[in-house]
Amino acid sequence: MGAELRNYLHEQYYFRLRLGFTALVVLSLFALLTSRFYYLQVKQYNHYQTLAENNRISLIPIVPNRGLILDKNGVVLAHNFFVYTLEITPSKIKDLEATIAEISQFVEISSLDRKRFNKLRQESRNFESVPIRTHLNEVEAAKFAVNHYRFPGVEIKSRLFRHYPLGKLGAHMVGYIGRINDKDLADLEKSGDLSNYKGSDHIGKSGLEQFYERQLHGTTGSQQVEVDADGHAVRVLSSNAPIPGDDLILSADSKLQEIAETAFGDRRGALVAINPKTGEVLSYVSQPTFDPNLFVGGIDTENWKLLNDSLDKPLINRPLRGIYPPGSTFKPFVALAGLEAGKRTPPFAIHDAGFFTLPNSSHRYRDWKPSGHGIVDMQRAITISCDTFFYGLAMELGIEKLTSFVRHFGFGRRSDFDIKGEIEGLLPTPEWKMRRFKQPWYPGETVIVGIGQGYTLVTPLQLAQATAILANDGVAMKPHLVAQIQNSLTGKRHIAPPVVQDKITLNPGNIDIVRRGMVDVTLPGGTAASIGANAGYNIAAKTGTAQVIGIRQNEKYNEHTINERHRDHALFIAFAPAEDPQIALAVIVENGGHGGSAAGPIARKVMDYYLLGKLPNVETAKTDVKKPANATGNTPATTQPLVPEEEFHD
Amino acid sequence: MISRLFHHLVKHIDAFLMTCLLFTLLASLFVLYSASGQSFERVYAHGINIAVALSVLWVVANIPPNQLERFALPLYLLGVALLIGVALFGTISHGARRWLNVGIIHIQPSEIMRIALPMMLAWYFSKREGKPKASHFAFGGLLLAIPVALIMKQPDLGTSLLITASGFFILFLAGLNWKFLLGGITLLAGLTPVFWSMLHDYQRRRIEILFDPTQDPLGAGYHTIQAIIAIGSGGSAGKGWLNGTQTQLDFLPERTTDFIFAVFSEEFGFLGNMLLLSLFSLIIIRGLMIASQAQSTFSRLLAGSITLTFFTYAFVNMGMVSGILPVVGVPLPLISYGGTSMVMLCLSFGILMSIQTHKKLVAT
Repeated sequence: MGAELRNYLHEQYYFRLRLGFTALVVLSLFALLTSRFYYLQVKQYNHYQTLAENNRISLIPIVPNRGLILDKNGVVLAHNFFVYTLEITPSKIKDLEATIAEISQFVEISSLDRKRFNKLRQESRNFESVPIRTHLNEVEAAKFAVNHYRFPGVEIKSRLFRHYPLGKLGAHMVGYIGRINDKDLADLEKSGDLSNYKGSDHIGKSGLEQFYERQLHGTTGSQQVEVDADGHAVRVLSSNAPIPGDDLILSADSKLQEIAETAFGDRRGALVAINPKTGEVLSYVSQPTFDPNLFVGGIDTENWKLLNDSLDKPLINRPLRGIYPPGSTFKPFVALAGLEAGKRTPPFAIHDAGFFTLPNSSHRYRDWKPSGHGIVDMQRAITISCDTFFYGLAMELGIEKLTSFVRHFGFGRRSDFDIKGEIEGLLPTPEWKMRRFKQPWYPGETVIVGIGQGYTLVTPLQLAQATAILANDGVAMKPHLVAQIQNSLTGKRHIAPPVVQDKITLNPGNIDIVRRGMVDVTLPGGTAASIGANAGYNIAAKTGTAQVIGIRQNEKYNEHTINERHRDHALFIAFAPAEDPQIALAVIVENGGHGGSAAGPIARKVMDYYLLGKLPNVETAKTDVKKPANATGNTPATTQPLVPEEEFHD
Repeated sequence: MISRLFHHLVKHIDAFLMTCLLFTLLASLFVLYSASGQSFERVYAHGINIAVALSVLWVVANIPPNQLERFALPLYLLGVALLIGVALFGTISHGARRWLNVGIIHIQPSEIMRIALPMMLAWYFSKREGKPKASHFAFGGLLLAIPVALIMKQPDLGTSLLITASGFFILFLAGLNWKFLLGGITLLAGLTPVFWSMLHDYQRRRIEILFDPTQDPLGAGYHTIQAIIAIGSGGSAGKGWLNGTQTQLDFLPERTTDFIFAVFSEEFGFLGNMLLLSLFSLIIIRGLMIASQAQSTFSRLLAGSITLTFFTYAFVNMGMVSGILPVVGVPLPLISYGGTSMVMLCLSFGILMSIQTHKKLVAT
């Protein structure tokens, strides 16, 4: 019994020793846990707190409403409206074709929709949602919503769509927006605006929509949303309202625009009308035009091809990027150069025999009137557009003097206009020719610059601006389309002040000679007498004709026998009323023939409405050009307008 | 009369241990309510589990240890037989063969082993006279190795490791020679590469990711990363009950079972963790006291093993959730949702109480 008890006690002693050891192990391991908790929850609390917040809080951008574009009378040219779109996120879908086929059981998807979808898909990244159908009606949206659960990765979204209610009218002026592409993203990143475009998927691509992108877009708001592990929003924590974009109010009038565009009929060309005192652009026409609404949701390939491949080049912004020889419309500026240089001061006159020759040369620079004009002084030279007079004047002035003077009228340089992509045109000089062709300048080249031919190239905007500067006695006002920028929240308007761009000191007497010559153009005996008939106000104008193809010596140009697209471009510049100009404009009708008859009537309609509020007589609208029967066939390779290699493209 | 009935009812219940258990179980109801996305059904089901488990505890507590001793061998043999059955006919779920379909009930024999193995070993050593010899430990080791090998094959790494631990505690408390112990540890270290090659890919991956959870933040590492964020963001006082963002917004996986400790930690913070550790410590201290005062070798060894196994479960779970141990799929004792584990746990506490309350006064 004693031994057994001692044995038992002995055993218990060792057991308790071991138990004590395990208790120490337990204690130290719990201490390890405690230190781990202390480390995580006390020392690293801020770190893990941030991680937890990042987990749960997601910042969702709220896209601001894009500003409206209105004409001077408040007519809407661009606005926004909500539409349902059906969008697919390609990365979430295994078999795209099968899914689209299935969707089409609920929502009609045309082959055009598919084509556009495929094009957009190539342009966007895989995890972005791409619209397969836009403008779903309520029934379609509801039909799909019921079956939504069957299509993970396909969603109905309510998007704010840009709409241009006037469609084709003024499309080149207003421009359009399109989906943001990689290049836009890179530009946004460079300018530091990328964060403001989180959530935006459209951006101005052309026209005013592009130039005033910053003002129109507005400031993106944000919403702090609590999300669960699947990324679904659970509740809104805080939000920061977006600031809608500013509205643009133009100096152009949509009614005037409509009159001008209608006056062109189906002819190609451009018109720019400017208020010479302020630089406000009153009308901006590029014909033919296009429907900017096609571009908003991403243009489909068929329509794109139709527009891009058309011989009429409807996508070219002609006033800004179409370049033409100015022809005789250049003469008033050459005249002024001569007068200011002290040449040809009245009563100087020449006797025009119908041609001009350089000393020691038999080459005849022909006048448009083969028999000549007889005795011609400066004023009459403008009125009857006497080529011989200006050949001699240009020769006497010399090319440097001539070009450096007319450059002040905006030729050969950009006008800093509020649409991007302006081309600077060309005022040729001997240095330019050496640079360009590695050839010296020939005197004969100076001669033809005198009548606006040769290398000289202008854009319609430049020609209109030069006319406006002339009308404004040499003071160049910066041309602009946007008259006011309106804060869409407060309604406060910022009025763009007229900016003097350049000032040419001119002798008032000299201006007067040129002006009188130009007024006489629209009076009986002038080259555009019919344009001034029964106007009720005085019009100072100049007609012009720009050769499209060269005419050989001793060959005659016949408007009616030549292929339509080889016909001369018709040009016309004017300002009115001549004594106190309110409007200055330039019109170009491509292959229109003579400036007075093809371009002049368009100018007259625009001036009549602008100055008198007079609507054009419908009858006269379409009678100016007789198309040859084979007008569409046999198109020559030298299609006009002359545009440089880097053609206008989306 | 009523007080006599009450006295009879609680005669074999250890008041101190029971109080600690009840506090912990009460806490588990609240944590589960939060973790389950405020589901009353879940809490109700958990309550039922607790009720069943406590009944089992009461029944077992009323069985004297010498009666329990008789179950040791049959229970062990039954367990091994069932494990073999599982290996041959078990049903597969989640890539592991753990369940045996016997008629209408599903049995997970490894759960039976959790209690059968320590009982068997305690019984074996209590039958050896005098100081156990090396051969006894060798046989004990064999008794341990058979079920562990079978469970590892299922594969169930967590359970096999913990059952190994529960058996090892018996061997250690029975007086396993330190030289053997150190030799064993050295051998184990030497065999690690061999074990490594025997592990399943997912087990290896778990261990790899333990050392660097960021290796696979959205896959295998996701559990650990989100759990650590939950714990850390709880801070010193916690985000408050039902206010844990990691929990309520579904960032935490398996949050009613293996990862419930992260829920607790997030909502009750460092202070809550200290409180829970204190409760666990009290339970462990009480268990060790019961073991140290136990009157037979069987009782003593079994009580020690039960207590230390409870500790091991708690430590491994909290260690894995807080990122210092690999994720091996061990629930947090008394807190995690799960019927079988709750019943087995309370059964073992019933044994502890039985050992404590059936002591005979010994003349000294």
